[in-house]
Amino acid sequence: MELIGLMFLALIFLMPLGANIYGRTRIRKLMITSAQTQSEESVKQHSLTAFHGLFMSMCVLLPALVIILCWLAFAPMVISSLLVSEISRLTGETDPRLLSIFVSKLEALYEGVLKAEFVEPEVRQALGYYSALIARANIFLYVVAIFTAIAGFVISARQISPRFAARDKVEVIIKRLMQLASGVAILTTIGIILSLAFEASRFFDVVPISEFLFGTHWSPQIAIREGQAGGSGAFGAIPLFAGTLMITFIAMLLAVPIGLMSAVYLSEYASKRLRNIAKPAIELLAGIPTVVYGFFAALFVAPFLRNNGSVIGLELSSESALAAGLVMGIMIIPFISSLSDDVINSVPQNLRDGASALGATQAETITQVILPAALPGIVSAILLAISRAIGETMIVVMAAGVAANLTANPFESVTTVTVQIVMLLVGDQEFDSAKTLAAFALGLVLFFVTLMLNVLALYIVRKYKEQYD
Amino acid sequence: MKRDGDMTLSTPKIKSSGIIVEYDGKRALHGIDLDIYPNEVTALIGPSGCGKSTFLRCINRMNDVIDNCKVSGRLMIDDTDVYDPEIDVVELRARVGMVFQKPNPFPKSIYDNVAYGPRIHGLTENKDDMDRIVKKSLKRAGLWDEVRERLDDKALGLSGGQQQRLCIARAIAVNPEILLMDEPCSALDPIATSIIEELINELRERFTIVIVTHSMQQAARVSQKTGYFHLGNIIEYGETNDIFTRPKNEQTEAYISGRIG
Repeated sequence: MELIGLMFLALIFLMPLGANIYGRTRIRKLMITSAQTQSEESVKQHSLTAFHGLFMSMCVLLPALVIILCWLAFAPMVISSLLVSEISRLTGETDPRLLSIFVSKLEALYEGVLKAEFVEPEVRQALGYYSALIARANIFLYVVAIFTAIAGFVISARQISPRFAARDKVEVIIKRLMQLASGVAILTTIGIILSLAFEASRFFDVVPISEFLFGTHWSPQIAIREGQAGGSGAFGAIPLFAGTLMITFIAMLLAVPIGLMSAVYLSEYASKRLRNIAKPAIELLAGIPTVVYGFFAALFVAPFLRNNGSVIGLELSSESALAAGLVMGIMIIPFISSLSDDVINSVPQNLRDGASALGATQAETITQVILPAALPGIVSAILLAISRAIGETMIVVMAAGVAANLTANPFESVTTVTVQIVMLLVGDQEFDSAKTLAAFALGLVLFFVTLMLNVLALYIVRKYKEQYD
Repeated sequence: MKRDGDMTLSTPKIKSSGIIVEYDGKRALHGIDLDIYPNEVTALIGPSGCGKSTFLRCINRMNDVIDNCKVSGRLMIDDTDVYDPEIDVVELRARVGMVFQKPNPFPKSIYDNVAYGPRIHGLTENKDDMDRIVKKSLKRAGLWDEVRERLDDKALGLSGGQQQRLCIARAIAVNPEILLMDEPCSALDPIATSIIEELINELRERFTIVIVTHSMQQAARVSQKTGYFHLGNIIEYGETNDIFTRPKNEQTEAYISGRIG
């Protein structure tokens, strides 16, 4: 069975190759015969030989690939609906939930994950039907795909002629492929938004939207059984928003000045050699996994702050917004410095010359001419960094804690939206409980905020960008 | 280098002797001797890469900002040695203004562009003083009537010719003695060019002007003296009239008659 599958795959990728060679050979032959027969005026070949070959291999490969992808997408549905009707025939069962359990068991049995003795006899009976079905479906796919490829071959081979515009056809096909590629990214985004919105609306059926957005108490427990103590959850997300805001604010307080100053130094003062070394070194910070930042925050920064805080009489909890914010700020530095550095570099040299010809010192030139000219770009760099900070999770989990705590004190432990999403979804979950659905509502809010920040950044850049031509 | 008789009547404003400029050890100027006289327009002409712009940038030490650029020789403005290590470059540049090839107004308002120089040099006591300087400079640059109603508008919204006159206003707002112009009209259309040329003619009364230009017609129209540069040397220097009607040097003649360059 597997051998046939491999052979099929090999065939699907070898056939276009053969088609390519065939296309080239055929056009060459056609040209030779036309040169012999057309005595008075020879026909000019429209496209290069390579385009004819390429056209043929595309006609063979692409339709077959479409067939295979469609099969991968739709065959499981068809197969499982066939299974359901077969099992329901064998067992006489009609409850769709039970039937879907049977189907899952059957599939597990087929994969060898589940032992036969744990399975109902009717399901065991269906096993033969199932494996025959799969074998038949596979053969069906192979035949259809290879037939499509052959059809593509025959149709495209007929078109090959000296005046055939193979080059233009290949261009069109490539353009369509590009459109498809960008369509995938956009459709995925839309799909994610829709699923977020749909699940969030289910959450808002249970918890009113006003309570979610303006409630100040977050305690997302749901009773596992009726009448459990403390079973009623509270879904006021204000503490999460406040925590996110505070940590982001602390991070920005650290990252903006350091990032900006290093950008100015790199672009205006540093020698070319130093810049070539220092810039990648700073950008390396962005490549460190956030979980590494997280334990750096939890194991070094937080204890350091607590110990030194007690020296000057500050009460710090071992997990604090301050520790998470500071480490997140360090993580954000390269975003700000690298983007700002690019922006500052793109300020035209003649503005610098103009300022220094007026007798401005370098610092005056930078603060009064360069930075104002680069400001829109810098602001958008900061906004992008903020959306990065809002979305950050690992550092906060490890350094700021998980307790929803509505406080303005950066020395206390707080939690953020992203951390709560993680907390809501880890462990065994009932998918349609308010607790799980709350994650989607939080995700929707998070998505909305970062989207707005990105839109704002784009708007600022477009609106205030000076035209230096 | 020969000099015509009536040029010696006044003392030179700028006196360059043996100025050598090297980029990365490669010589761009091979010892320039040139006297530039006050209240005249001196045009520097020559084919691209002949060193005329490099020489211009020596006068206000704009070559300082270029890495690996070394200037030697002696350049005096009145009694000041420009390349004296003790000299304050900020002060020098307040005395020597510069206008560039492409208009380069700062991304600020029209008013703030003109006020920029006086502000960094601390030339004014109060807002009234500043208003007066801005108005005076814009008037001298022939821009006042066009912008008086919109001084707070962005300078980058002006047309190219207006932007260039704004840059001239910005340069003369610090009241320099010398004005350097590096192909000030090369990015402008003929109408804007003729306005600027008229302006140069008026400004000559107050400032010593050195202009680098690719247009020989422009040199002939605006200047009193012309110097012809070729491959980092000054080939001929004298009254503009003489240079254009009876050049003494063959190379000069070839260039101005359009045979080379």
